[in-house]
Amino acid sequence: MSTIAGLTRATLAKDLRLEWRSKDAINSMLFFSLLVVVIFSFSFDPTAEESRQIAGGLVWVAFLFAAVVALNQTWAREMRNQVLDAYRVSPAPPNALFLAKVIGNFIFVTVLQALMTPLFIVFYNLRALGPAYQLPIVAALGTWALVVNGTFFAAMSLRTRSREVMLPLLLFPISIPALLAMVEATGAILTGEFSAKFWIVLLAAYDLVFTIASLFLFGFVLQAE
Amino acid sequence: MLPAVTVLDLVKQFGRFAALRGVSAEFAPSRLYAILGDNGAGKTTLLRALAGLTPPTRGSISILGANDLRSVCRQLGYMAHPSLLYDEMSGMENLRYFAGLYDVKNTEQRCSDVIRAVKLDPSLTRPVGQYSQGMRQRMSLARALLNDPQILLLDEPFSNVDVRSAREMVSLLAGLRDAGKTIFVVTHQASLLEGAADEFVWMESGQIVSRTPDLAARMEAR
Repeated sequence: MSTIAGLTRATLAKDLRLEWRSKDAINSMLFFSLLVVVIFSFSFDPTAEESRQIAGGLVWVAFLFAAVVALNQTWAREMRNQVLDAYRVSPAPPNALFLAKVIGNFIFVTVLQALMTPLFIVFYNLRALGPAYQLPIVAALGTWALVVNGTFFAAMSLRTRSREVMLPLLLFPISIPALLAMVEATGAILTGEFSAKFWIVLLAAYDLVFTIASLFLFGFVLQAE
Repeated sequence: MLPAVTVLDLVKQFGRFAALRGVSAEFAPSRLYAILGDNGAGKTTLLRALAGLTPPTRGSISILGANDLRSVCRQLGYMAHPSLLYDEMSGMENLRYFAGLYDVKNTEQRCSDVIRAVKLDPSLTRPVGQYSQGMRQRMSLARALLNDPQILLLDEPFSNVDVRSAREMVSLLAGLRDAGKTIFVVTHQASLLEGAADEFVWMESGQIVSRTPDLAARMEAR
């Protein structure tokens, strides 16, 4: 149980249980994404061809903003009653907490994507002209890029006075390469005009680098005052 | 006998404010220390520094002979003013999770035992958020006891607890001291610990100003 895997599993189970009971993160994300889909759809009323061109950007920007809601919630929960201090004084490794939070956020955003994708398809009349099997790969890699950085920077901004503002300020600039890769890869798959492979490899490399860097640095962030 | 806790020239600065100003002291094992003082005297900062939550600006802390507090964190039990519990989970669910962090064996039995020790019911299924303040305090104490620590650091354990429950908590702490634990209790309710505490440690402006075996001696000196 005291292995990183065991502690990650226990913390993840606890977070999923808390989210199941409160539904704080998933409800906020869902309503936010729903609003984006509906408002953009009515504002632009795009044709199917136009939709394919803009959908990559639209979908990922909606998920990025929605993810910020979940990312803020994830640590706010640990700050209530200062529960995080109970973890800090324990012998449990910081990385188990970080991994559990990242996986938890990944699950929340993936659930959101699963619920929102049919709506995107209906509202924007979307159909992939390229290899559609690559879409889940882009979604998984892109989501991981968002949540791994987001979880790390949300923890960093935890003790700042205006953490809700601080998180996007830290997260968005550093997510630009990943966001670009997600948008380009999604656009390539939907339009079928060019290959998404380069962008997928770039996303995978981005995920690898930032996951390792976050795991390496999280201990310092957790123990900082 | 080797001291359980030694602090040497401990200084903690928060910006320009010094919460601790060169605290030096030795605390013997198997004793119950009441740490007293006015608000802002540095009691909580000292406790957090001992728990490893607030790194000192200067000075050193040695617990059970170790200077690296991470290496002895299994031997520490920390109870803060907030409950350090998840409001949405029951007491038992909370303790099960924290038991996992300490790799406590026989989790179910141990969780039930510490909950009973603080005079709560382990079968209570309602979330901690619906507990009374006193119940929450006791559950918080149960969490601090979970890993059977050698050193207990308790910050205001009796606040918002009725007198009868507070006395029960004091007698539990005295029993733990008799069993060999070293206990530090930060409190504004010093009279509750009269007869139970081995030493009253008085703090003022970030320094230990006196250590007396009984409460009355210092009160008279004041």
